[in-house]
Amino acid sequence: MKAEVEVLKPGLFSTIQDFGRRGFQKYGVPLSGVMDRIALKTANLILQNQADAAVLEITQMGPKLKFTDPTKIAISGAYLSPKLNDSEIENNEVIKVEAGDTLSFGRPVIGSRAYLAISGGFQTEKILESRSWYEGITAFEKLEKGHHLPYTAVSGEVKETYASVKFDPSYLETSEIKVFPGPEFDRLPQELKTKLQKTNFSISKNNNRMALQLGEKLENELEPIITGPVLPGTVQLTPGGNLIILMRDCQTTGGYPRVLQLSEHSLNILAQKKTGEEVYFKLSS
Amino acid sequence: MSDFPKIKTMGERGILIEFEPEISEKLLGKLLFYKNKLEEFYTEVNVEVINTYNSLLISYMFSIENIYSEVLVVKELFDKANIGKINNQQIFYLPVCYDEDFAWDLELISKEKNLLKEEIIELHIRPFYTVYFTGFLPGFLYLGGLDKKLQISRKNQPRMKIEKGAVGIGENQTGIYPKSSPGGWQILGNCPVRLFDKNSDPPCEISAGDKVKFYTVSKTEFEEISAKISEGKFQLKKENYEG
Repeated sequence: MKAEVEVLKPGLFSTIQDFGRRGFQKYGVPLSGVMDRIALKTANLILQNQADAAVLEITQMGPKLKFTDPTKIAISGAYLSPKLNDSEIENNEVIKVEAGDTLSFGRPVIGSRAYLAISGGFQTEKILESRSWYEGITAFEKLEKGHHLPYTAVSGEVKETYASVKFDPSYLETSEIKVFPGPEFDRLPQELKTKLQKTNFSISKNNNRMALQLGEKLENELEPIITGPVLPGTVQLTPGGNLIILMRDCQTTGGYPRVLQLSEHSLNILAQKKTGEEVYFKLSS
Repeated sequence: MSDFPKIKTMGERGILIEFEPEISEKLLGKLLFYKNKLEEFYTEVNVEVINTYNSLLISYMFSIENIYSEVLVVKELFDKANIGKINNQQIFYLPVCYDEDFAWDLELISKEKNLLKEEIIELHIRPFYTVYFTGFLPGFLYLGGLDKKLQISRKNQPRMKIEKGAVGIGENQTGIYPKSSPGGWQILGNCPVRLFDKNSDPPCEISAGDKVKFYTVSKTEFEEISAKISEGKFQLKKENYEG
């Protein structure tokens, strides 16, 4: 029988992710992949998995899961009060799991997205060279009750040779977002360039894996551009004054002026922000 | 000396190469030439090059050590290159059913443009549309060459759901929705052909530089083609395009 994680309760929003889909942007396929790469790397490193082994990305309210076979797991990123059966467990540690154990989550304490890694990685379908879930590409787009996520059971006792992995949780709470000028940054009048750097922006409720809209507006008269390339971390400014930060599942092209581009590290920081939290841009050139 | 191309960094793992802000086949030829050059240069799997109307984007899967020295490498490639012509251009013939069941906005376009429905269809199937690039959704082709008489503004209020295969027009563009999605274009027909198949290699048969020509099919033919497609028996008509 195959080893599987059975989904008893789906929670708010969870997806299987790895580093994403590479080489298919020219067909209009989003890159996808984990929102927070630091947490993915940490969780996989703890289990001595391959760096890009597929994990479950869990947003705020976690699922309830049951394991059919023994394995090891590690959770990194946000702290969402995980429990194995009835015992509280820690993030960033190897956790032994026996057949029939259940994993559940409670109150989100720090951060927004937690990453559940499993020994050897989740063995869900690989489509276009990635296991990352995306509507229309993979069979599933979010975790539902009754889903079964295959993994490879770890038979017998595994030696406890796991290296202790350092995880610096400070990025979960920082509000400084490092950015570079985007292709259309120079079209902004000085006043707006200053405003971009002096404003504390709040995360609006329009935030998901595709994009995150900021709550404060920037009145502007920028012309739209001829549809051009965008990347995760591109900050678009709409004619209506909305700032939209594109995230991992973003489209490959767009027609709004691209005023900023986030540093890679800042994408991880933003992945851990919740509605209402504030951030500010720190421009590097 | 022309100001173009402009070579800019886009964060820590992107290099954007911008050409003249125009939409033309001449520029597309130039872009595809350079794209090809870059792809020959970057053979590692972790680098990807895409084109749009007037830009190329080189994106690296991970941030690279020194993006600025990488920019110099790219500049050198551009200085050395000579422009060739688009190679292996193909023309694809796509069936479109303009039956009233699919042509949700044909009536409206007819009134607004003061054209008979037949005239609209005729104007829509006549051009050899140029495929500039694929973006927006998997398999969504950005097509150039829509007749000026058919240019019409998008809907003020986008529809919540447009059917898979819907053929629409908006401003100076026409295109096919590769899957059902919200959208603001005026819809005049439906194309049963799958433009994106995740199980095929490559997942899209039509690519930048190719040509597309529509032909009309009746509702009955549409259904026959759909049936053939689901049985994997439909052969998309294509031939080499010689300009």
